[in-house]
Amino acid sequence: MQYTRTVEALKQGTVIDHIPAGQGVNILRLFKLAETGERITVGLNLSSRHMGAKDIIKVENVALTEEQANELALFAPKATVNVIDNFEVVKKHKLELPESIEGIFACPNSNCISHAEPVKSFFSVRAQSKDVKMKCKYCEKVFSKDIVAVVR
Amino acid sequence: MANPLYRKHIISIPDFSREELELVVETAGKLKRNPRNDLLQGKLVGSCFFEPSTRTRLSFETAVQRLGGDIIGFADGGNTSAKKGETLADSIKIISSYADAVVMRHPKEGAARLASEFSSVPVINGGDGSNQHPTQTLLDLFTIRETQGTLENLTIAFVGDLKYGRTVHSLTQALSLFGARFYFVAPEQLAMPEYICEELDEKGIEYTLVDSLDDVIPLVDIMYMTRVQRERFDEAEFKKIQGQFVLRADMLKTARTNMKVMHPLPRVDEITVDVDATPHAYYFEQAKNGVYARQALLSLVLNETV
Ligand SMILES: [Zn+2]
Repeated sequence: MQYTRTVEALKQGTVIDHIPAGQGVNILRLFKLAETGERITVGLNLSSRHMGAKDIIKVENVALTEEQANELALFAPKATVNVIDNFEVVKKHKLELPESIEGIFACPNSNCISHAEPVKSFFSVRAQSKDVKMKCKYCEKVFSKDIVAVVR
Repeated sequence: MANPLYRKHIISIPDFSREELELVVETAGKLKRNPRNDLLQGKLVGSCFFEPSTRTRLSFETAVQRLGGDIIGFADGGNTSAKKGETLADSIKIISSYADAVVMRHPKEGAARLASEFSSVPVINGGDGSNQHPTQTLLDLFTIRETQGTLENLTIAFVGDLKYGRTVHSLTQALSLFGARFYFVAPEQLAMPEYICEELDEKGIEYTLVDSLDDVIPLVDIMYMTRVQRERFDEAEFKKIQGQFVLRADMLKTARTNMKVMHPLPRVDEITVDVDATPHAYYFEQAKNGVYARQALLSLVLNETV
């Protein structure tokens, strides 16, 4: 395996692999992985036989939940999320688009009430032909995923 | 058994089932034929206008008082605690502890949905920014049903600003539950948004984009006019489209006898005054119907049975 040579093997935690190159840093920030206080190894622009270039993130001692893994599917639908225990893969998450996503992205509509109030953002998610549409629960505006799923 | 809208929040037209829309329309008809002054007796309604809207407020307040209810509230939220930095969540917690229902209008999209999450009593959306204005849609449905005797399989033309007109969007969504057929008559810059057309495609609802008003007049049961605002165009562009989306009495010769012209008002010059005297004009009756539609909604939300 490519990454075992470039990035040190993980004893326990989660490996997020096959992230499209350039998205690794976004994922780190949006999912606030650094705030876990755990040791994190990040590989950027690694060579990949299938993808050309990819990013990879390893988080020690944190097992990503099914829900978190599905949220990842919004930016990195082909990512693989493996939970590791004692150097062995104990769970391979199959990424599926979540039905909804709460509290991660801000609503792109600047006149949306959600910005200045004590609530979490909430979008329902729907795959539509080639795009993924996200509808804000509050302002009811529908956005293409690429407009919502960005770091602000 | 309690009616399905009893103690419900009224936030957005897509929340309504076909049966619930029919219930409101039928109740509005009953209240127009047989006025009641007791349905809101002993009830106190909070009327919270975080931005001014005289028409909507007067219509709601008339509805409450005609039904024997009482009103507290404010007409211009600019003077209230929102200005001092209080969240809407806090304002609504307090107001809802005083009243049996809260009618609200707010300049931000999503305000009514958010308020409903913090309110201890039903919230009725009187307009949230450019998003929803469900009571306008309900009064439109009531008016259509009153003039056509049914909501099923009607042919409706929407004319003017179809891009920014929230009343047009919600009414399209509501009528598509009843198998409508649409003509959208608008300048290219103000065309119906793609997401509405996509929704119609998904539901298999037929619609046609048209650029001539004359062509659709003989085809429709309802002609729903809206205002094309000058501010949306530069001078040269406006000159080109000016007059194309104006309805005059002489154009109505080819109209079906049952055809009615509607408009959410205020109109400026998109319907010339000579239309008012034709049997097709129905926009003033439509405005009056706003009171009955709001009476119906308030009665259903505040009474188990009406
Ligand atoms: Zn929003």
